[in-house]
Amino acid sequence: MSEQSIPEFRKTSYFNPYVGGVLLGLVLLAAFYISGRGLGASGAVKSAVVAGVETIAPSHAENTKFYSDYADAHPNGPLKSWLVFEMLGVLIGGFISGAIHGRLKLQVEHSPKITSRKRLIFALAGGILFGIGSQLGRGCTSGSALSGMAVLSMGGFISMIFIFGTAYALAYFVRKLWI
Amino acid sequence: MGPLIVYENITQNTNLFFAFLIGIGFGFVLEASGFSSSRKLAGQFYGYDTTVIKVFFTAAITAGIGLLIFGLFGWIDLDLIYINPYYKWSTIVGGMIMGAGFILGGFCPGTSFTGVAIGKIDAMIFVGGLLLGILIFTEGYPIFEGLYMAAYKGTPRVSSMMGISDGLFLLGLVIVAFGMFYVAEWAEKKFPLKEGSK
Repeated sequence: MSEQSIPEFRKTSYFNPYVGGVLLGLVLLAAFYISGRGLGASGAVKSAVVAGVETIAPSHAENTKFYSDYADAHPNGPLKSWLVFEMLGVLIGGFISGAIHGRLKLQVEHSPKITSRKRLIFALAGGILFGIGSQLGRGCTSGSALSGMAVLSMGGFISMIFIFGTAYALAYFVRKLWI
Repeated sequence: MGPLIVYENITQNTNLFFAFLIGIGFGFVLEASGFSSSRKLAGQFYGYDTTVIKVFFTAAITAGIGLLIFGLFGWIDLDLIYINPYYKWSTIVGGMIMGAGFILGGFCPGTSFTGVAIGKIDAMIFVGGLLLGILIFTEGYPIFEGLYMAAYKGTPRVSSMMGISDGLFLLGLVIVAFGMFYVAEWAEKKFPLKEGSK
């Protein structure tokens, strides 16, 4: 195997996964201990969407039940939320780790068997599906599955089983995207 | 005693500041574990890289055992921590849609942000997709509402549903996790990424 054929994610060094897992568990425990809640991600994106709609189409937001209910439930505005601040931290924490480990690079990462364009089309499609699914499921892999499992909630385990189970079930059919 | 937000009367702004610090830790660990790479994340579904399963389950049992111990020592009031509500059908259908998004897009929402942080253009497009997908949900809410609100089951915990203690359930979960780690280590040897071999 030539030097060039080794995928980039194999050339860089990452934490031992079990060490990374314990550290992630401790971050999650800190969130419960300090704020009484788990980690999350999709909720922050929802806050951004609601804030965007309220800014761009204020009368539409006022006259649509979903947004007016959301505004009633979040009297300080959609952006003054725990998850929004947490996700700003995620961007900074991810950047710090990337800088320390020499991984900062503007690029499209994809299998050599597909084009960048194809990768980006599927990234968009995957994002749209994850966006819809995370709203129906009241949280994504972090907020519903991981945080839910840590508190032994039924919702957390069912989320985890259906997210990972569906991805495994479909993996064979889209294998050309990845292997 | 925790949660500090309740028992130590920390202000809302202090809580948001802690959210920011916790997020830095969250993002750092995700990136340092390799979750900023979609090819590494997707590896779990083909066996060539099972980092996600190892990190995810180690984190879940670490936090679960941590909460159990904190509760036993009286350091945290477990009645006051957030348990996600369980709406049977929206959890199942939402999970399936997310699973399809995971295998097509190669990221989940949290990991895509760490990809964005280090310059992955595919992660930025994925986040664009998230915004669109959530907008489809918020704009189309009347269509989704029936499914979204159906079969509300409260906030059940698996241990109490099974009629066993949290400790016993966690012990079982640890055993299952170690079994999965064993399979994961085996799979990485069995299904290496054959790149450049053609």
